Amino acid sequence: MALAKPYLDVPGTTIFDAEQSRKGYHLNQFCVSLMKPENRARFRANERAYLDDWPMSEDQKLAVMARDLNRCIALGGNIYFLARIGATDGKSFQQMAGSMTGMSEDEYRAMMVAGGRSVEGNRYVGEDGDAQAHRQPQGAAGKTAKAKEA
Amino acid sequence: MARISASVYTSHVPAIGAALDLGKSDEPYWQPVFRGYEPAKAWLAANKPDVVFLVYNDHATAFSLEIIPTFAIGCAAEYQPADEGWGPRPVPVVKGHPELAAHIAQSVIQDDFDLTIVNKMPVDHGLTVPLSLMCGQPKAWPCPVIPFAVNVVQYPVPSGRRCFQLGQAIRKAVESYDAPLNVQIWGTGGMSHQLQGPRAGLINRDWDNRFFDRLIEDPAGLAQIPHIEYVREAGSEGIELVMWLIARGAMNPGKPRVAHRFYHVPASNTAVGNLILENA
Repeated sequence: MALAKPYLDVPGTTIFDAEQSRKGYHLNQFCVSLMKPENRARFRANERAYLDDWPMSEDQKLAVMARDLNRCIALGGNIYFLARIGATDGKSFQQMAGSMTGMSEDEYRAMMVAGGRSVEGNRYVGEDGDAQAHRQPQGAAGKTAKAKEA
Repeated sequence: MARISASVYTSHVPAIGAALDLGKSDEPYWQPVFRGYEPAKAWLAANKPDVVFLVYNDHATAFSLEIIPTFAIGCAAEYQPADEGWGPRPVPVVKGHPELAAHIAQSVIQDDFDLTIVNKMPVDHGLTVPLSLMCGQPKAWPCPVIPFAVNVVQYPVPSGRRCFQLGQAIRKAVESYDAPLNVQIWGTGGMSHQLQGPRAGLINRDWDNRFFDRLIEDPAGLAQIPHIEYVREAGSEGIELVMWLIARGAMNPGKPRVAHRFYHVPASNTAVGNLILENA
């Protein structure tokens, strides 16, 4: 019998459950290894060689090297673990979170200072809020993309 | 006999710790946060407990994916601040209270809550940022702390109902301890925030303030809210708020006194909330 997963219809959101955790085990454990300064130094010196020591999928390794956090999460990563990569890069949580929206750092920071992202239109997949799939990427990057389409 | 005199609820945003550690608390961005906590700091200075039972979540620091305890009680004599990737925070070592912790573990497990007992672990921002917010930057923390880590990282996390009932069992455990200790219980994490995906940055001021209201007036009813409502309304990381229900469950039945209430948006990605309830 399938287990209840009432959280699959929240837009722009991946819930880190047992299935995601299983997929992302080695990716997340690689991130844990970055809590040691000597490992951070080794990773910085040669990312590919460091990642090749881990039984991660090629897709996971490429997503890490591209710092594509949305892709990392789709492949089983969890943000608290992925934050170790950001810390290694000297990035704040705000820079990391903002990078997943397509907004520039300044745009994301301005959104937060103005009170954050509204929940309106962002509760269920299929509404018209700014976190919905058809409105990505957000910010100026999205406007540029739309202009190119038109 | 020991007793729980009050409960403190607070966010534990890592950027707040960084702002304090890097001397940025006077910057215009951070001023409203630290000013908002001034009454809470004054309250704690005037109401210093013998022990703080501090409910928080570990952020993939002490517990990687190798072991994921739902409820873990720290029974050690001391806990080192963790290196979360930016280097350890320059804050005092956290002294534990092994005697009371072991007593609570025994009592609560006999009450059917299957705690994991931890005798060695580093503590991350989830535990040290609330101490910094409430105590500032002392050379030593004002009292021993019993860390109580809750899994809110991998789903399913414990339900609000389970957390509330656990709080009741913790109260019973504290009240059966044979020393006249004044114990505070702190619930940390939240309020609304989401750190992942295109929906990152979600804040829900109305929902957060209703959460405050119901935590004060109707905690048993609030404890019935399912996980999905936290995720949908308060963001995927807003689920941390279930931990506040452990602290609330440990308060006496009946209406508490509200000693302080503060809410501010934003600190980094997060809505900051702080509430102090005293047992009447």
